[in-house]
Amino acid sequence: MQPTTEQRLWMYRHMVLSRYLEERIEELYMEGKTPVFNMAKGPIPGEMHLSNGQEPCAVGVCAHLTPDDIVTATHRPHHIAVAKGVDLDAMVAEIFGKATGLSGGRGGHMHLFDAAVNFSCSGIIGEGLGPAVGAALSRKMQGKPGVAVAFLGDGAANQGAFHESLNLAAVWRLPVVFVIEDNGWGISVPKQASTAVPRNDRRASGYDIPGMHVADNDVEGVFAMAGEAIARAREGQGPSLIEIETSRLAGHFMGDGEEYRPKGEKERLEQRDPIPRYRQQLLDIGALDETSDAELVERAQTRIEAAIRFAQQSEFLPPEAALEEVFA
Amino acid sequence: MTTTSKSTSRKLTIARAMAEAMAQEMRLDPRVFVMGEDVGPLGGVFGNTRGLFEEFGAERVRDTPISETAFIGAAVGAASDGMRPIVELMFVDFFGVCMDAIYNLMAKNTYFSGGKVKVPLVLMTSTGGGYSDAGQHSQCLYGTFAHLPGMKVVAPSNAYDAKGLMTAAIRDDNPVVFMYHKSLQGMGWLGTEKGATVPVPEESYTVEIGKAAVVREGHDVTLASLAAGVHHCLRAAKILEEGGFSAEVVDLRSLVPLDRETLRESVAKTGRLIVVDEDYHSYGVSGEIIASVAEYSGCRLKAAPQRVAYPDIPIPFAPTMEQWALPNADKVVAAFHEMMKENRGENS
Repeated sequence: MQPTTEQRLWMYRHMVLSRYLEERIEELYMEGKTPVFNMAKGPIPGEMHLSNGQEPCAVGVCAHLTPDDIVTATHRPHHIAVAKGVDLDAMVAEIFGKATGLSGGRGGHMHLFDAAVNFSCSGIIGEGLGPAVGAALSRKMQGKPGVAVAFLGDGAANQGAFHESLNLAAVWRLPVVFVIEDNGWGISVPKQASTAVPRNDRRASGYDIPGMHVADNDVEGVFAMAGEAIARAREGQGPSLIEIETSRLAGHFMGDGEEYRPKGEKERLEQRDPIPRYRQQLLDIGALDETSDAELVERAQTRIEAAIRFAQQSEFLPPEAALEEVFA
Repeated sequence: MTTTSKSTSRKLTIARAMAEAMAQEMRLDPRVFVMGEDVGPLGGVFGNTRGLFEEFGAERVRDTPISETAFIGAAVGAASDGMRPIVELMFVDFFGVCMDAIYNLMAKNTYFSGGKVKVPLVLMTSTGGGYSDAGQHSQCLYGTFAHLPGMKVVAPSNAYDAKGLMTAAIRDDNPVVFMYHKSLQGMGWLGTEKGATVPVPEESYTVEIGKAAVVREGHDVTLASLAAGVHHCLRAAKILEEGGFSAEVVDLRSLVPLDRETLRESVAKTGRLIVVDEDYHSYGVSGEIIASVAEYSGCRLKAAPQRVAYPDIPIPFAPTMEQWALPNADKVVAAFHEMMKENRGENS
């Protein structure tokens, strides 16, 4: 399955959008946190998990989804949210904790919910899988179209929730796709030290469902595999598992010294940064030229800057609003 | 008229009353479905889904794998997507394998979405011991669930309340934990409490979540409890009556929201409070009830409040040990007499 030019440009644009967002968040996050790093300080307090490098997973999958389809994401959710079409203004405002944020600042960057595009995420490893299975069950029972996609990291494939959810989805033949973003690390522990199989897609055989693998963070490889898995789900053929070799270009969270990385790994990963690679690919096939690329990048930056301005200019809810929205 | 008289005279067990509430709501609303372990052809280990599979079939009455993390997580996802699942955690003691789906997802998704995502889910789960099933199948854990924000918690003491609370729970747009006590289910093999089997109207009705009931009026002491404990209190009240004392019994029915007003009104009248709780003594429901009264200046206590609760020990197997540890009417009566020895310098 090959993307159309339009799909290629959509994927590239959303990678650029996501990366620029992360770069700006990185700058803003550090405000008030130097010279002494204190996570509680600055305009964006709390933990911050940046998705730099993992953009191919998000765009290659979401290129096949409509707002009606369901996505559950992880504690590292920004690239997926951007690709799923989450309202950028409300998302950035939420990251700043503002009244105009997705939940008025109650959730922050690890708890983004946008019901309009059926997006949610959770800060607990592996815990988005069950809800994705349930949303798929809901669609099947209601006879409504839609597939559910659960994103997870390779570390989550060792959680009980992963195995239970694959089994349940397979037993009930539900329209759900499990997408592992294998960035090789669970915080500081490398995959080979935590995971008994070199490739998690092999674990699909334990549940008698298709397991697919994408090497080298390849945007169009993700597009092809995800297209196949999502089509299967839409046709009522049940769940699939995809593992994507991707790269975590940043630390686990901001403030992570990354001393655990082998020497030279980061430089090597940066040389394989998927965005310049895909840009070059698109230039080579003529889907993009220097001028249209410059325009695309500028438009993306303008959009992100607008969202940041919107967030910065928004007010906080009064503190006592913390007491509201506990119950429906 | 015939229907009415039949309605008011027909007695049901809590198990039957729960099943009837579910069946009536499933007939009304195609979004309501049931899933859990052995809820299908078996009708639930504790009888509370009996007849549902035959009427609604395998699509809406789903036997699940023994896989609570997946199927309770799935219930959250289905509820967030417009369904109204009723999901069973067979024994509340099993929450250890699936609590994340309950307290981090079910209970928090509404808040973290700023109220935009509703989670209309009923989590029904069995509680309580007394039949030598030991400490992994006999706990109540009322306080554990009621402590965590974002979910309502109910625990009926009789079939009338069970049906009304179940109907209310299914119609609620919030997650509701429906805790049913095994000794009240009307399953003979669990040593059934007869007082739980009461007349239940055939037609559908709700019992408001968050409203306690004064199930016996009195003026010397308030006995506050829930589920099986209410029956210990009623028996104790009878014994006290024979001794010339008048006990008021408050059935909490809901722990979240907690009806502090009814409780305070009662204690304001009686001036004495005994809380009966089959859950652990410390950091639980009994402490919360006493604090709710102590914090309220309108309750002038004639004696220090007492609690008859489960000791802070894992629940033992041997009947001699388990029965010794459980609350019962005699312990309530003894607590009352102990309380009456105290003289706070006021007329009693």
